[in-house]
Amino acid sequence: MPAANIQVSETPLVLYALRRADDALILGHRLSEWCGHAPMMEEDMALSNIALDLIGQARELYTYAAKTEGKDNDEDKLAYLRDVRQYRNLLLVEQPNGDFAQTLVRQFFYSAFADLYWRAMMTSRDTTLAAIAAKSEKESAYHLRHASEWIIRLGDGTDESRQRTQSAIDHLWAFTGEMFAVDDGERAMIHAGIAVDPGTLRGRWMTTLSDVVGEATLTLPQNDWMQQGGRSGRHGEHLGHLLSELQSMQRTFPGQTW
Amino acid sequence: MYTQALNTADTDDRGLEDAAKAAQFQARIDAEERIEPNDWMPAAYRKTLTRQISQHAHSEIVGMLPEGNWITRAPTLRRKAALLAKVQDECGHGLYLYAAAETLGTSREELVDAMLSGKAKYSSIFNYPTLSWADIGTIGWLVDGAAIMNQIPLCRCSYGPYARAMIRVCKEESFHQRQGYEIMLTLCRGSDEQKAMAQDALNRWWWPVLMMFGPPDATSQHSDTSTKWKIKRFSNDELRQKFGDATVPQAQYLGLTIPDPGMTQDAEGHWRYSEIDWTEFKQVLAGNGPCNRDRMAARRKSHDEGAWVREAAAAYAAKRAQRQTAQAAE
Repeated sequence: MPAANIQVSETPLVLYALRRADDALILGHRLSEWCGHAPMMEEDMALSNIALDLIGQARELYTYAAKTEGKDNDEDKLAYLRDVRQYRNLLLVEQPNGDFAQTLVRQFFYSAFADLYWRAMMTSRDTTLAAIAAKSEKESAYHLRHASEWIIRLGDGTDESRQRTQSAIDHLWAFTGEMFAVDDGERAMIHAGIAVDPGTLRGRWMTTLSDVVGEATLTLPQNDWMQQGGRSGRHGEHLGHLLSELQSMQRTFPGQTW
Repeated sequence: MYTQALNTADTDDRGLEDAAKAAQFQARIDAEERIEPNDWMPAAYRKTLTRQISQHAHSEIVGMLPEGNWITRAPTLRRKAALLAKVQDECGHGLYLYAAAETLGTSREELVDAMLSGKAKYSSIFNYPTLSWADIGTIGWLVDGAAIMNQIPLCRCSYGPYARAMIRVCKEESFHQRQGYEIMLTLCRGSDEQKAMAQDALNRWWWPVLMMFGPPDATSQHSDTSTKWKIKRFSNDELRQKFGDATVPQAQYLGLTIPDPGMTQDAEGHWRYSEIDWTEFKQVLAGNGPCNRDRMAARRKSHDEGAWVREAAAAYAAKRAQRQTAQAAE
């Protein structure tokens, strides 16, 4: 009997934690795909390190989501027994690794946001989220520094690296708008002081991007059409393949202890 | 990269070495002194250590592949994080060991190139595939277990940088070994399906792991001089026996069967394994193991596809240095 999908009662707080947990897990998983295959050993180490931080964040957020939901779910059920349509991550983080430039641009866009986001969340009125934020903020600051340094190196490196990095920026740009979107459930949580309004972070996020991209002698795209859907489970085609790999053991051998 | 400041290769080493220096060197070894990078050493000592340390480094790096094969499929988030951290540790060992090898005068680039061209070897064990999650437990338990048997004596190796590297590596390896055993324990306490998975993994890995200690003493090429130089403290067969003796009770505790029906315990308590199929070992060493081609292809692919990144980093560093020089001149 194959393992069926679990059902999750997505109250606003459960959904809120789940969305951030899914971001962290999917991006961590993507980075872990590099382990053993990076352009240099130092980056095998660094990308694995960042992946570990993100998987750690995901575990705390899933555990909190499960506790808040108060049913039979736990971190592993939430990660391994939900299908594509139940995943709530940003489209940005599910994008394939591509070349090293695409991986680092994806990381840069995300970390530039996550760094601001977690710092702001440290004052959340939800003490668990505030505690997770305090830990995650330190990690994101390092992730951002690592990614920024690479964007500058690659942009201002050779013609080839410059061209690859610019095309990664152009390709991934349309997935950045979703980070700033807010739905009604989240709006209420922002009013209650539990969540941060991501719109208030956008200006500083743009400043970080402009500074780094400028120093890298690259440019940010002018188009402002943004893809959305990840937060409500309307993903691209890549996520299903990622999940089929991630979940293969739990789906093949349901209900066992590992 | 950083070797210039240390010893340059001794050009006179190829001819007759100063007998007095050689005698003094051996006296230091016999007195259990550590040889350091800037000390005089026989060319053959340098060559032996460069070969051994770099092979060890290559093994750590190639060894990331079979285990890395399960990072994206680890069955729980806890296992996923632990495996990723473990494979990351192996990479750290590789880096650490390349740095130790560089102190002997060969750069990491040259050493890596020798591996990619197929000239340098890495441990044959990594030419076997990881087919199930139990293989991850088995690798931790047995492969890391065998590595520890080999490496604990190396903590007292006469060459200082290698000995010091081994102290740290061994600490991490013994953590990995416990982690692997714990995976096996969980499987063996689980469902019939899980227990069968564990037994199957043991069946496939047992003999290749015994081969990890190298050819039998009677045919080993390097042991004599390595022993004289205190690089090697125990023979291949001695270490293999120690490993067998330590492992059999662990398998019994798990309720698993060692796939060697002829194995017996002698009067002194040693577990005597049956004849090892050295033909298989030679075949794998010759490049005919199940995964030799895949492992080399994967390493070359990462290296080739990463070339533009390394070039970009070098180009940027050069530009930056140039700008700093120009600024300083203003």
